[in-house]
Amino acid sequence: MADSNNHNSLARFSIAPVFMFRWEESQQAHVLMYPEGIVKLNPTAGEILTRCNGANTVEDIVHQLSELFCEQPEFIEPRVHQFLEVCHGKGWIQPQS
Amino acid sequence: MAKAGSNLNLDGQGNPVWLLLELTYKCPLKCAFCSNPTDLDAHQDELTTAEWKKVMHDARNMGAMQIGFSGGEPTLRKDLEELVAEANDLGYYTNLITSGIGLTRKRLENLKKAGLRHIQLGFQSSDPQTAHWLAGVDCYEKKINMAREIKALGFPMVLNVPISSLNIHQVPDIISLAADIGVEYLELANVQYYNWALVNRDQLMPTREALIAAEAQVAEAREQLGDSMTIFFVIPDYYEGRPKACMNGWGSIHLTIAPDGVVLPCSQARSLPGLDFPGVRDHDLASIWHESESFNLYRGDSWMKEPCRSCSEKEQDFGGCRCQAMLLTGDAANADPACSKSPHHHIVQDAVASALASKQDHSRLIARDVGWVPTEM
Ligand SMILES: C[S@@+](CC[C@H](N)C(=O)[O-])C[C@H]1O[C@@H](n2cnc3c(N)ncnc32)[C@H](O)[C@@H]1O
Ligand code: SF4
Ligand code: SF4
Repeated sequence: MADSNNHNSLARFSIAPVFMFRWEESQQAHVLMYPEGIVKLNPTAGEILTRCNGANTVEDIVHQLSELFCEQPEFIEPRVHQFLEVCHGKGWIQPQS
Repeated sequence: MAKAGSNLNLDGQGNPVWLLLELTYKCPLKCAFCSNPTDLDAHQDELTTAEWKKVMHDARNMGAMQIGFSGGEPTLRKDLEELVAEANDLGYYTNLITSGIGLTRKRLENLKKAGLRHIQLGFQSSDPQTAHWLAGVDCYEKKINMAREIKALGFPMVLNVPISSLNIHQVPDIISLAADIGVEYLELANVQYYNWALVNRDQLMPTREALIAAEAQVAEAREQLGDSMTIFFVIPDYYEGRPKACMNGWGSIHLTIAPDGVVLPCSQARSLPGLDFPGVRDHDLASIWHESESFNLYRGDSWMKEPCRSCSEKEQDFGGCRCQAMLLTGDAANADPACSKSPHHHIVQDAVASALASKQDHSRLIARDVGWVPTEM
């Protein structure tokens, strides 16, 4: 497993342009669409990606999620980092420069 | 296109997810491998703008999320920009599937404004002469120019190159060209033998040796290019003995609307004799999808015969392609003869042998000669 703290807490991510991310009523879930496919996201993943809007830092996302799910930031932080790492690896999100 | 499995980790829960609109069968090219019907003139009465919009609304209400604008050549429709804008407003992920002929810088800019997300550009060859043989028209320069314009406007793009005996030896050049243009995704699509491609099968089918060589060249290129470009290439069903998981199953997630509004489980299904596909001009889209005889005929697996019925792979490949089963064995409910377990597999082996024994020469290609419209290059 890669170091889950690779991403600076102050980094900002946005959805990569090939992808379209939105809520899909018929699936009652967030979906990520790209030319050859569709990914249905679980609720936590959906909440994290919703916040990858180029404005929130990773730290902001951690705080917002810990409030949303009533969990300690220490519990949420490694999970957010890990998920963002996976998303970045799949090309779903890109860091803002 | 009779695609193999689409990537998705959700199911349509009984509803369509992918909507393919074949806006017109007309085309400025005459590709000898074209999968469009060979008897086009029977279905030239195209839906109006308002009728296409209604189809998009209805399918979106049913749960469709991906939309492809194809044909024929979709850019021949003057209302393409308007239809793309409508699809985008409805929340679809919009794909344009085009030969590039009929596009201009101005139209691309307007499509971008309309919300077009992605373009699939059909491409014949890295060599202008071969491209001319395959497309029946001189179009190489125009396509390259359009490919560069598409990238200049920042569209994500797939280059779709149908692979046949005429261009398989050019695979390394095609890869270099795609990398030079800067495409994200190169689909080396083995020609599937429907309609014009079936007419030209002896001329188009590559040898096993050529395929294996191409596969190695693709592997080498993948290594060199890393993440910058994804190359899709699979050994075709004819040689693999494995059928493709056609359309993820009949009437499962794919919905195709032909130019005249006829509703199909896949573009090729229209060629199945004895099946009467309803159209959106006479019936409600949802009722066609859920209740029509044609959509229910090969849904699920209760229609299957042996060897599929008791086969452990039926949930992965759905018994292959119904159209290929029909075209080659005369019964769409048979196992796809590309499957080595099919009692008709020898038909596919004979087709391979026949192509091998044929003198392959570009001058023997039969160009698609219906629905052609001249266009300025
Ligand atoms: C039928 S075309 C229609 C759109 C447009 N005229 C074009 O050629 O891009 C749709 C796609 O199918 C591909 N295609 C056509 N005939 C094929 C065949 N027999 N096997 C595999 N792909 C094929 C084309 O390259 C194109 O990407
Ligand atoms: S003739 Fe060629 S360009 Fe025209 S629809 Fe067929 S594949 Fe596309
Ligand atoms: S026998 Fe039928 S289900 Fe089994 S692998 Fe062949 S086509 Fe697929």
